[in-house]
Amino acid sequence: MRPPVSDLPLVLSRITVRVGALAILDSLSLTITPGAPLAIIGPNGAGKSTLLRIAMGLLAPTEGAVSWGGRPASDIARRGIVFQRPAMLRRSVEANIAFALGGRGLASAERAARTQRALAQAKLEPLAQRPARRLSGGEQQRLALARALAREPEVLFLDEPANNLDPAATKAVEAIIRDAAGSGVKIVMVTHDLGQARRLCGEVAFIAGGRLLEHGPAAAFFADPNTQQAAAFLRGDIVE
Amino acid sequence: MDGASAWTLVTSGDPALYAIVRLSLVVSLAAVAIASLVGMPLGALLALARFPGRSAVIVFVNACMGLPPVVVGLSVFLLLSRSGPLGSLGILFTPQAMVIAQAILVAPIIAALTRQTIEDMWSEYRDELTAMGVGPGRRVAALLWDARFALVTTLLAGFGRAAAEVGAVMIVGGNIDGFTRTMTTAIALETSKGDLPLAIGLGAVLMTIVLGINAFAWGVRRFGERYTG
Repeated sequence: MRPPVSDLPLVLSRITVRVGALAILDSLSLTITPGAPLAIIGPNGAGKSTLLRIAMGLLAPTEGAVSWGGRPASDIARRGIVFQRPAMLRRSVEANIAFALGGRGLASAERAARTQRALAQAKLEPLAQRPARRLSGGEQQRLALARALAREPEVLFLDEPANNLDPAATKAVEAIIRDAAGSGVKIVMVTHDLGQARRLCGEVAFIAGGRLLEHGPAAAFFADPNTQQAAAFLRGDIVE
Repeated sequence: MDGASAWTLVTSGDPALYAIVRLSLVVSLAAVAIASLVGMPLGALLALARFPGRSAVIVFVNACMGLPPVVVGLSVFLLLSRSGPLGSLGILFTPQAMVIAQAILVAPIIAALTRQTIEDMWSEYRDELTAMGVGPGRRVAALLWDARFALVTTLLAGFGRAAAEVGAVMIVGGNIDGFTRTMTTAIALETSKGDLPLAIGLGAVLMTIVLGINAFAWGVRRFGERYTG
C-alpha cells in the first residue's frame, strides 16, 4: 500500500556539487520518470555515484535543486538504495531484512510476512538464519537487494549491482532487478557493464565530466549515440 | 616451602582467604557495573555526537584510561574524608568507598573503548541506516546491539583493571582485616609482614581470575565472530 503521493517525476535541476575547487557534478539536469530501468553510464569519476546520492536525498547539492514528485523534500525512507559495497548488519540474513522494515509502524505479522516474501524473492530462504556477514559476495548483494525491496520503494537506486560477481551471481542479481522492475519499481542503476545496461535498461543517461551528455531510449543510444564522447565510450576509448 | 603452604591454603578453602577473594570480586564487579552505566552511554555519545570541543573530550577520556590508581584513591579519599565535601556520608574506609574509587578508575576505560567500537561501526553503517530513514533512538540501539560482543570484552577489560589494582582500594578502603581487605591489598600487606604463603596463595588466585577473564573475553570474541560474521 503506497501512499498516494509519488516521488516521480524526480527532477534534478542544474545540480552542481563542488568539493573544494573540484566540480564533481557540473550544472546537471535530469528528469527521472516512471518506466523501464534507467542506466547511468559513463567513465570512472564522471560523478555517477554522486548523482545517485543526490537523487536519493543523501547528499545536498552545492547549487541547484532536487524535487521529488514536485515536492522539494520527501522522506528518504520512500526510496531505496543499494550501495556499491552494502553494509551488512551483524545479524542473520532474516534479521537484516526485518530490521529494514522496523520503525515504520508495521504490525509484526505484516513485517514477518514481508520478510519471508523478500527472502523468497531473492532465493535466500535456505540462508535465512546465517550471519549476513558470512555470506559470499553474490549472496550479500542479493540480500542487499532483498532488504531494499522489502521496503517497497517507488524508486530503487543501484550502484554497480553486480560489481565483481561471477556470471551465475550476476544472473541471480539481474533476475531480482528484472522482477522488481516488472512489478513497477523504477530502477535507476549505475553500471560500468554495458552488456548489463543493454540487458536490463530501457533508457540510458550518459555522463562525463560531471555533465549529462545524453539521455534517451537505450536502443537508440547504443545503436547511434549523439555525442562524440558517447560514441568513443561505447567503442571502448578512454573518455575524460 | 612457602609455595606448598600457599597451595594448602588455596585448596583447603581457607575461610579468611576466600572472604578476601569474595570481597575483591564483589567490589570490582560493582565498580564495573556502575562504570558501565556511565561509560557506555558516554562512549556512544562521543562516537555519534558532533559538538565543539569533542576532540578535546576524546583525548581527555583516552588519557584517563591511564589514571594512576593512587591518584584516584587520593582524590576519593579527599572527597570522602570527614572534612571533605562528601564527608557527611561517612563511607570512607568501607567497601562502598572502594567501589566508587574503582568505578572512577574503570569508567574512562569503558567509555574510551565503547567510543572506538561504536565509532568504527557507525562509519560502516552510516549510509545504510541514513538511507533506511532510521531515527536516532533506533540508530543507537542498533549499534549497541550489533556491537554487543565487542562491548562484553570492553567490560571484561574494565574488570581486569579493577581486580588487579591496589593503590585506590588501599587508600580509600584502608585494608581493614575482614572488612576492606582485598586480594591486592592483602598481598601487599602480607608480603611486607613476611607471611609469604598467604601472599602467594592470593597471588595465584588473582592470576587465575585474570587468566580466566581473558580466556572468557577471547571466547566471547571468537563466538561473536562466528555468530555475527
